Amino acid sequence: MSAQFASTLEVGTSLKNHTGSWRTERPVYVDRLPPCNNACPAGENTQGWLYQAEEGNYRAAWEEIMENNPFPAIMGRACYHPCESSCNRASLDSAVNIHAVERFLGDRAIEMKWSAKTPASKSGKRVLVVGAGPSGLSAAYHLARFGHDVTIVEAGPAIGGMMRFGIPAYRLPRNVIDAEVKRILDLGVKVRLNEKVEDIPAMMGSEGFDACFVAIGAHLAKRVNIPAPDAGRILDAIGLLRDLESEVPTAPQIGRRVIVYGGGNTALDVARSVKRLGQEAIIVYRRTREKMPAHDFEVQEALEEGVQFHWLRTVTHMTGESITVEKMALDKDGYPQPTGEFETIEGDALVLAVGQNVDTHVLDSIPGVEHDKDGVVKVNPSMMTGHPGVFAGGDMVPSERTITVAIGHGKKAARNIDAYLRGTEYVPSPKHALATAERLNTWYYSDADKQVQPMLDDLRRRNTFDEVVGGLDESNALFEARRCMSCGNCFECDNCFGVCPDNAVIKLGPGNRFQFNYDYCKGCGVCAAECPCGAIEMVAEEI
Amino acid sequence: MQEGTQRVKFYQTGTLTVGNRLLDVELRTVQATTDRSNAITSGHRACQGCGEALGARYALDAAMRASNGNMIAVNATGCLEVFSTPYPETSWTLPWLHSLFGNAAAVASGVAAALRTQGRHDIRVVAQGGDGGTTDIGFACLSGMFERNDDVLYICYDNQGYMNTGVQRSSATPPTARTATTPAIGGEPGNIFGTGKDVPRIAMAHEIPYVATASVADLHDLEAKVTKAMSMHGARYIHVFVPCPLGWGAPTNSTIRVARLASESALFPLFEAEHGEVIASSPIRKQVPVEDYLKTQNRFAHLFKPERDEERIAVLQQMADRNIKRYDLLREEVKA
Repeated sequence: MSAQFASTLEVGTSLKNHTGSWRTERPVYVDRLPPCNNACPAGENTQGWLYQAEEGNYRAAWEEIMENNPFPAIMGRACYHPCESSCNRASLDSAVNIHAVERFLGDRAIEMKWSAKTPASKSGKRVLVVGAGPSGLSAAYHLARFGHDVTIVEAGPAIGGMMRFGIPAYRLPRNVIDAEVKRILDLGVKVRLNEKVEDIPAMMGSEGFDACFVAIGAHLAKRVNIPAPDAGRILDAIGLLRDLESEVPTAPQIGRRVIVYGGGNTALDVARSVKRLGQEAIIVYRRTREKMPAHDFEVQEALEEGVQFHWLRTVTHMTGESITVEKMALDKDGYPQPTGEFETIEGDALVLAVGQNVDTHVLDSIPGVEHDKDGVVKVNPSMMTGHPGVFAGGDMVPSERTITVAIGHGKKAARNIDAYLRGTEYVPSPKHALATAERLNTWYYSDADKQVQPMLDDLRRRNTFDEVVGGLDESNALFEARRCMSCGNCFECDNCFGVCPDNAVIKLGPGNRFQFNYDYCKGCGVCAAECPCGAIEMVAEEI
Repeated sequence: MQEGTQRVKFYQTGTLTVGNRLLDVELRTVQATTDRSNAITSGHRACQGCGEALGARYALDAAMRASNGNMIAVNATGCLEVFSTPYPETSWTLPWLHSLFGNAAAVASGVAAALRTQGRHDIRVVAQGGDGGTTDIGFACLSGMFERNDDVLYICYDNQGYMNTGVQRSSATPPTARTATTPAIGGEPGNIFGTGKDVPRIAMAHEIPYVATASVADLHDLEAKVTKAMSMHGARYIHVFVPCPLGWGAPTNSTIRVARLASESALFPLFEAEHGEVIASSPIRKQVPVEDYLKTQNRFAHLFKPERDEERIAVLQQMADRNIKRYDLLREEVKA
């Protein structure tokens, strides 16, 4: 008997039926800009290095940070982490503790003595960097990696700028600064300390520099006019913090009760520092706690350490051993208005922490350089001042004044200086659309509580400069890295490959992601709906 | 009551996604592997977003893995049979038999008997059908297969109605759902309360070795249950929840979301039973009220417009609450 026709057919003959012709929409894989990357003033590829850290590839993760930022251990401590403020995971449970993972990686690099990548070849060009703060160091690092010969000239006695003179040791231990700075110097960057640059064009000419990056910061304390019988009792915050940087931190001879006027992070730094030196610290601020520019965790830590706060008060004058303050009330727009009621607060000294200005002296004589009314220096989008070849960044140009912004300026300036020296133009790569929270399918992310960093005990916080916040260990750093949701970028969870009813997704193997088989994809959109991180978009077919 | 499936925690997506590059290979699903058998392959004519086509591939690929590919499938008439084998094409990549609407369980029993007679103990038999072919038309044959404890794994893909013939009601259609034969008109629009069958519990009443419910929304759980069933002999039954976007009036991309809400609302509980006793269930992870599930489908639209049918929504919620109690679905998960 001959075989029945149907039993002679091959299996899987339906493959001849290209159901892709049914489609009215097609899925496409996209990459989106994660909010953490978007928020980082230093331009870190945060999601990229977390991806490496998730797999325990700490060296690769650290090198990914170092592509953009030479200070992972410093940043993991001192950055106010806008990445975390924008983290989509906050809408699920709580933001990924990104800075703690960064600190873990930075500390591991110091411990393992990992070094920065050296340039492939030398350019033969010389660049002068004025100022050894975060911005200047960042620029020097990137310029050195581009193969340029870099010399930093610094007016002060030590490297680090505001990282050293603006952030107390209890937040940023000095050996961490030293270790990360040394790595930059190991690239061949030269530093000349205690040398104030007077005439930049002249120095460039006489020493053969092809370009200059100026990042001298904003060190001039702003003053408010407060009548006092003894002007010696009124100090500025930055000067006080700088004095604490001597070999052995000593209390300024300013009595027992120190009143700090201001509500920013610098005011908190001063108050918490003098508290550690055995003095009483009292913060006077004209608005409410909620309106303080300082980060609330700093206010909280200061309260825990015994710093006193007087909110809604302005200082009117100082007498022998007290200050007179006027009570304020917020108007309907949130501005403080005087009430005509006064009170006195006992205090031996008043520290003004009401902001800083730029000392523009060094740039005044350069032809073409322009300033804004606050003294800040005008730069074009390439960070170049009005004088060709002279670039500026950090606190001295208009921007938010944080270390991370300064580091970002350094990188950006370095890229533009590099282009300038090569006679080209630096064109940043176009940014992807933002990976917003509503594009995620958060069902797929396991419940995972944020890993909390240990805190130093209260007693030691009140009288030592030991670091307050501890680091994560490897197990909880790894856990924390794995809380990252990889917003907007495929992390190869295989969901699309699994959930397609038509078997129309091709898995290309580890690291190579997936591809659609449009011969069979009917365009149902299940893959896009079930993609945890929102990396699939449905696009209308042309019909 | 123990958990249905071991959950791996903290590895970014744990075991909730199909795969996970951070997990050990053996903890990933069959569907995450490029060498899965694709028992039902591309080119089938199921509608866009078909839950049944997906459920069948999930279940059979796991069974193929468990049997090292030594397996015969017997299919009842229904969507799955119609869309996979329009003459002379077939989407099946394994030995596959179709006879009639109502006799899949009997044919599978016969295949199992024939193999036993031939001494082919290495070849396993799986029967499959939709809810119509299982809970209505093939019910007598199914009960006979259970009663004789024939060595067959029967998998029912439940899309709660006769879909390829035009969305008629079956004994698996839930109360209040609109179908072609239970229109949304009159005092009690849609399917009425007090009818239908709970076939997983009826299967348990036969005290067969293994009964389980599963869902296309929980792949790890589904594969674990199929794998476990394949490790056993005798009559076994798995009832898989497979949404039908066309018949239920839901967007084609919502198949898995609808299935997930069915279980998270407890209208479709996930559990396992051996020899007539429930031995495990999957606790609800993020509980939702039944209306979150009902609102995803037009077949329940009359419960919400022109005005909310509070009374009948409340009765549906009571059904869910009874499932929560019966299968202990809101217990605290055992922390690792």
